[in-house]
Amino acid sequence: MLTYLLRRLVILILSLFLAAVVLFVLLRLLPGDPANALLGVGATAEQIEAARAQIGSDQPLIVQFGSFIGNLARFDLGASFVSRAGVLEEIGNRMSVTLPLTIIGFLLAIAIALPLGIVAAVKSHRWYGAAISIVSQLGIAIPVFWLGILLVTVFAINLRIFPSGGFPLKGWANFGEAATAMVLPALTVALVIAASLIRYVRAATLDVLGSDYIRTARVLGASFPEALVRHGIRNGAVPVVSILGIELATTFLGAVVVEKVYALPGLGSMLLLAIQQRDYPNVQGVLFISTLLVLLIGFAADLLQRFIDPRLRGRRSEP
Amino acid sequence: MSVTRRTLLAAALLSTVAFTPAFAQDFDAAASIRIGSLYEPQNLDNTAGAGQGINEAFNGNVYEALFQLTDAGSVEPKLVESHDVSEDGLTHTFKLKPGVSFHSGDPLTAADVKYSIERVTAEASKSSRKRSLSTITAIDTPDDATVVITLSARSVSLPYNLSYVWIVNDAAADITATEDGTGPYTLGEWRRGSALALAKFDGYWGEAPTNAEVVYTYFTDATALNNALLTNAVDVITSVQSPDSLAQFAGNPAYTVTEGASTTKELLAWNDRVAPFDNVKVRKALAKATDKARLLNAIWGDYGTLIGSFVPPTDPWYVDLTAVDAYDLEAAKALLAEAGYADGFEFTLDTPDYDPHPIVAQFLQAEYAKVGVTVNINIITANEWYEKIYKAQDFQATLQEHVNHRDIVFYGNPDFYWGYNNPDVVKLIADSESAASEAEQVEKLTEANKLIAEDAASNWLYLYPQIVVSAANVTGYPVNGLNSQFFAYGIKKTN
Repeated sequence: MLTYLLRRLVILILSLFLAAVVLFVLLRLLPGDPANALLGVGATAEQIEAARAQIGSDQPLIVQFGSFIGNLARFDLGASFVSRAGVLEEIGNRMSVTLPLTIIGFLLAIAIALPLGIVAAVKSHRWYGAAISIVSQLGIAIPVFWLGILLVTVFAINLRIFPSGGFPLKGWANFGEAATAMVLPALTVALVIAASLIRYVRAATLDVLGSDYIRTARVLGASFPEALVRHGIRNGAVPVVSILGIELATTFLGAVVVEKVYALPGLGSMLLLAIQQRDYPNVQGVLFISTLLVLLIGFAADLLQRFIDPRLRGRRSEP
Repeated sequence: MSVTRRTLLAAALLSTVAFTPAFAQDFDAAASIRIGSLYEPQNLDNTAGAGQGINEAFNGNVYEALFQLTDAGSVEPKLVESHDVSEDGLTHTFKLKPGVSFHSGDPLTAADVKYSIERVTAEASKSSRKRSLSTITAIDTPDDATVVITLSARSVSLPYNLSYVWIVNDAAADITATEDGTGPYTLGEWRRGSALALAKFDGYWGEAPTNAEVVYTYFTDATALNNALLTNAVDVITSVQSPDSLAQFAGNPAYTVTEGASTTKELLAWNDRVAPFDNVKVRKALAKATDKARLLNAIWGDYGTLIGSFVPPTDPWYVDLTAVDAYDLEAAKALLAEAGYADGFEFTLDTPDYDPHPIVAQFLQAEYAKVGVTVNINIITANEWYEKIYKAQDFQATLQEHVNHRDIVFYGNPDFYWGYNNPDVVKLIADSESAASEAEQVEKLTEANKLIAEDAASNWLYLYPQIVVSAANVTGYPVNGLNSQFFAYGIKKTN
């Protein structure tokens, strides 16, 4: 287990390094100089040069890359070109919106998808089993932002139950308001993720239902629910957990769009603005931390799978 | 209204409860005003690339200047008590208002003024107004209440240019995330990407604000902003940018829609250096071939103004020049023939990829086809615009919105991106700055404005409307928002 953990850790660090290189190169391929975003019409040539020198965009790429990797090794993500705020600190602030949104949305999605997915499989010949499958198919086809607009129109503008967007100025210190502000965004994320999760849960359940061990359990006298709970869930959970890992990462990235619709000050809005302004430290910072999180989620899902299924423990990991 | 108030007052006097003050005013002095905006400041320093949002939130509210550009467009003394100019116009002596202090408690002194001006002219300054202060050669502070500015050339716009210079406490070092101004509000909570709160400053030297707190809430999406007003999450929207959304507010008694005079001009800029746009006849022909009234109506409905030049009505040198190259297809064709383009020609229009430019470009494409001119639309990003058009000046024609007040002076700079070079105009604009009086300045710039229009230096399509929408119980906000300013201290809210 220890060698496995070490191996995974090395892979994690290598992946991060690769991600950092790709990030750096891709960003510099984008046309445009970050100095432009700092200055407007009316700026003189001297001002443009001074701005470039100040943020270092006049340095050769190799020098910029060297200092980027060097800082990264010390986990120093630098400061924004535009706002001058520390990138890591700002990411921390934004996480207080994005992380709760991702986690609440994801848990809500599981709460919706698990029972519905199992029902859709167990009762696949009944009309409601089929209806769940059809509605979840439809849910996959709906764009997140459209669903967001729909929920805002119904619950914020017409019914006036929840705010249409925004986040309280004092953040979570104003818990009631912050929690209310999270409801519609989290629901939007949850519905979209649940739609695809239902299909996986249904497929995994169907697989389990047709398996030999369920049949054997039934022959040995277990009732159907008993057989399903004692043997089915643990077996069915293995493929679902790896999907959950991927879906959690998707939820996190999907929050970007949701934040825009609901005017939430999360990582997504930080990233979009930073890209527009070619604010390299912010873009790099957000993408790097996101990559780190996605890799960690994959790692955790892998560990969890091994915990659930002893058969996997002896195997070597697949990177 | 007055009857109701008198009745209420009588009722209050009759009762023994001491809540008379609440009824004596027709607004809530303890109110928090929530302002919705699309322009989030990127930091809190207007010389550090913070964007227009910082002017909206801080000008006149947190920071004050020696002079103030009022919402009506006039320049009034703010932190100065008196302003004397020497005979030769090169020495300006300013006496500061007594009893003014910064939010930190430090008194305002001449040294703070010197420090503040030097912040704008410093090498690292990103202020777009840096150039206009370049005639300053020395700033002296003979005593704490006196500032003497020496110029290398007369500058009649000095008070106006100083209205951009925030007076900052010289003890405050970095103000990108904090502030120390003299205005009626201090900075409260600030959450990047979301909102910025200003709290009433109790030690303010002037008249106290009519509200206790102002919260600027920022949106990146116009629909989300409108929804916030519809759901009572904000009280005012500083500048409506999506005309389609106005229908839900106009005609609804719960909201007030005001149209003020903006300074934002939608401009079709020719590169006047290159053929065929170096030919004034071609420029005039295409100006005449543009049905601007129809364009404005297509974009803004009944809002917005046609001005026929680069000068909006709030600039002192405004004259209505819409008649100079009024819409006339036949005259346009005749001019093109005279210029040797009877069969038309083809050009590339570099079009920024955000509203309203792509729609405007398509409109122009259809319009110019009527006179045989083919427009190839090339969509570019804001960044490419800055690189290709503004810096490299490598283009034939482009679309851009110009937001500043009093920016006709750009036509006096032959090196500016559009390359307009008329020596008479260059001289008039240079002379206007060294004019002995404002009247003379206005006279010269009016003359320059007419020449620029006659030359059809650019094609001035229309002036944007400045539309503010508020809840009906909120009044007293600025309607013009010149230079993106949004003075909050007069905003009143009734319950």
